[in-house]
Amino acid sequence: MQSYLYFPGCSLRTAAKDFDVSAKACGQALGTELKEMQGWLCCGAVCTNMPDNLMTQAGPNRILARARRESNSLVTLCAGCHNVLKRTSIQAKRNHEKQEKINDFNEEEVFNGEINVYHLLEVLRDFVGFDTIKTKAKTPLQGLPVAAYYGCLLLRPFREMQLDDPHRPTVIEDLLESIGCSPIDYPSRTECCGSYLSVPAPETIQRLSGDIVQSARSNGAKMIVVSCPLCKYNLELSQNHNPSPMPIVYFTQVLGIALGLSQQELGLDDSHYHAIRSNLQTPIVKVA
Amino acid sequence: MKRVGVFVCHCGLNIAGTVNVKELVEQAGKGSDIVVAADHKYLCSEPGQALVRDSIKQQRLDAIVVAACSPAMHEVTFKNLAQSSGMNRHQCEIANIREQCSWVHEDSITATAKANLIVRQAVEKVKLNESLDPISVPVTRRVIVVGGGIAGIRAALDIASSGYQVYLVEKTGTIGGRMAQLSETFPTLDCSTCILGPLMVEVYRHPNIKLLRLAQIEEVKGFIGNFKVRVRQEAAFVDEKQCNSCGECTKVCPVEIPNEFDSGLTWRKAIYVPFAQAVPPAYVLDVKNCLGLLPLACGECKKACDKLGMSCINLDAQPQIHELEVGAIVLATGFQLYDATQLSEYGYGIYPNVMTSLEFERMLSASGPTSGIPIRPSDGRVPRDVVFIQCAGQREPETALPYCSKICCMYTAKHAMLFHHKVPDGQAYVFYMDIRAGGKGYEEFVKRCQEEKGLLYLRGRVAKVYEENGKLMVNGVDTLSGKTVQIKADLVVLAVGMIPTLGSHELGSISKASMDANGFFAEAHPKLRPLESPTAGIFLAGAGQAPKDIPETVAQASGAASKALQLMSSPTLEREPTVAHVTEEFCSGCRICVPSCPYEAISVNPKTEVAEVSAALCEGCGTCAASCPSGALTLRNMTDAQMLAMISAVER
Repeated sequence: MQSYLYFPGCSLRTAAKDFDVSAKACGQALGTELKEMQGWLCCGAVCTNMPDNLMTQAGPNRILARARRESNSLVTLCAGCHNVLKRTSIQAKRNHEKQEKINDFNEEEVFNGEINVYHLLEVLRDFVGFDTIKTKAKTPLQGLPVAAYYGCLLLRPFREMQLDDPHRPTVIEDLLESIGCSPIDYPSRTECCGSYLSVPAPETIQRLSGDIVQSARSNGAKMIVVSCPLCKYNLELSQNHNPSPMPIVYFTQVLGIALGLSQQELGLDDSHYHAIRSNLQTPIVKVA
Repeated sequence: MKRVGVFVCHCGLNIAGTVNVKELVEQAGKGSDIVVAADHKYLCSEPGQALVRDSIKQQRLDAIVVAACSPAMHEVTFKNLAQSSGMNRHQCEIANIREQCSWVHEDSITATAKANLIVRQAVEKVKLNESLDPISVPVTRRVIVVGGGIAGIRAALDIASSGYQVYLVEKTGTIGGRMAQLSETFPTLDCSTCILGPLMVEVYRHPNIKLLRLAQIEEVKGFIGNFKVRVRQEAAFVDEKQCNSCGECTKVCPVEIPNEFDSGLTWRKAIYVPFAQAVPPAYVLDVKNCLGLLPLACGECKKACDKLGMSCINLDAQPQIHELEVGAIVLATGFQLYDATQLSEYGYGIYPNVMTSLEFERMLSASGPTSGIPIRPSDGRVPRDVVFIQCAGQREPETALPYCSKICCMYTAKHAMLFHHKVPDGQAYVFYMDIRAGGKGYEEFVKRCQEEKGLLYLRGRVAKVYEENGKLMVNGVDTLSGKTVQIKADLVVLAVGMIPTLGSHELGSISKASMDANGFFAEAHPKLRPLESPTAGIFLAGAGQAPKDIPETVAQASGAASKALQLMSSPTLEREPTVAHVTEEFCSGCRICVPSCPYEAISVNPKTEVAEVSAALCEGCGTCAASCPSGALTLRNMTDAQMLAMISAVER
């Protein structure tokens, strides 16, 4: 079994346990182990990439330096953590002057970006391969009209992230198609959900995330697939007063169902599981 | 021992403001080898030059050092002065105490000390200078012009009309270039074809111009005044002298492909005439798209032509190779548009109603696909709301082009105005970063557009274009009101930037004309030699050198032509004699120098096994001299002995 060193991050231990659980379960089903790294800490979230404050970059540099002890690559899941860690690894390689200061401060060990950071989507696309996933999808989700939602941190800035076209990405759609879904096209796929404004300005979330959900809905989506716990939180928050909200699920959960995993193994609650099941053209076959 | 004079220029306060000239003259005069040391407020002025001239004559000087500005500025001035005063021009050296001293230092004492050393070095060098005579090479008095757009046309006409033979090499089936595609030209709105057409005809009829269409440069050998150029001319398969443009062949051709002239908005056949005013006025067979030249494969065009009793079409025609000898090369290869599909935020190539400015231009043209009426490609309806996005993919160093294409502010204003004239109840929106309307009558033209009814200028950029319910939704920002805006548009026009024509990079390496960071041809000096490539004998015209509009292109083309004519004006050419020289006794024939020469000026004589320098090709860079392990190669007037003397002068 191919093993990848894996960084979960804080959200995946609290609000987004289901993301963590479902990703690991999918990994198992695909013959890919996600091995949690030793001694990880908070990535520092949005503060980290302030160009003029090196202090905030001490944390992610420590994470990457520790991960390097175990492997030369690190897989992330949360789009926010991915953005921070990937950009930190690139900055560490490129900006020697800054890195020297950070290394002086961190003391633990000298780190100059000797690690590659991958998002799980990249691992599935580039190493596992969507073709392989297609053959391993025991219960393809034929005709499930899903909206892939990327948000901003997964793709931008493109110069550093290099994951997909920042304006017209296809990676999530390609994954969804490989497991039989029918991803819909809608214009808000790469708009910002509002990020941390859910704390100081929830009305902004209402507008930004509300527009995204509305756009997906009016283009025929029955659910939205995300790769970031904060996006999921905001998209759900914007529908607080909606009696029949659009379900928001992680890509690992949809993938898991296609791979024949159970509701429990994917951390899906009843309403989400039901939402997926009820929209399938052919019923899910229980695999013994 | 040589009798040396030192002359120090104040350059007003440019030098004297920092360097203590009085002290410098005093110091210089102390040298045992210095016969005279003097200064003048402006040495380059006539009284200043008179001082030098009189000193040379009265003091019987053998050599002079002029301590003044950069040699790039006045070396020629003072060498001419030395020559006209009866001295060999190579007995004059410039000590640059302005750019390399007074302008970059603040402290007078150290600056003066440094100026003194610079002068001492020049004195040591000039003491060992040889008197040299210029090298004379013959000039082939013919010119090749590459590119048949307005730049190439203008340059070719100017040279040909001065009585010299011109080969005009054009890679497509007709001359005319981009300008032929335009409808009206800013700021006067005169019809582009109407002003270009007569020039195209003039080229065709000119006795001194040989037009080679469907032709490209394959090889350039030789040097300024003596180039040997190999041109490959593809077969047109239609005899341009016989063809009377009846068009019967086109009617029967079964192939349809997008028409480049209409930016792909219409279709053309595989045998076609590029456009009505094409020069030469003859059909051409596009062999890449033809079903096959064998009569068995198709041959319908030939049958149709033969049926009329003509025999214009020869399917057995072969490409021709022309070996041309010319004295100068004018590169006028022009531009093409940046690939708009790269700008995925605007959806070009995905939404049919998002088009490039050149496609919109074709629609506005009376000879265009819609006879001048703008329409939506998706449904053929006349658009009411049109959004123009300026700087599309430009001034974006991180993701697209870093530079400004200079003409887009103007043509977008023109497009918006023409659209409004054709659709009076329509509304045009122009998103801009800032308006760059530098040019005669340009600002006034843009002002007129901005004040026109039904035309709204919004300062800001567009983040995204997407389609919803048959309309294009344009999400942008108006930075003047500080608000985001969304416009429901029928049509979006992208002002994409200019990039060098495909193939100009290859042409650059073939002809050794260097390119800049953006792939345009580099000029020898951005201000003082904008018409010349750093490689002598190659001149630049038009948008192949940098984005520019028609007036500027025409001006540069005439300028490049006059540079070429300057070369043609004499049967021989004088080159600087400060070139590399082989001391045959020292040369072991090791060949290290051969690949080190960037100008391919060095070869090894097979009989004597000794390196030889072609003085005509040598640019005097000195690379070979530095690489030679036995000291056989020396650069005239920059020998090892001179270098060591100059270094010792600083050490002291």
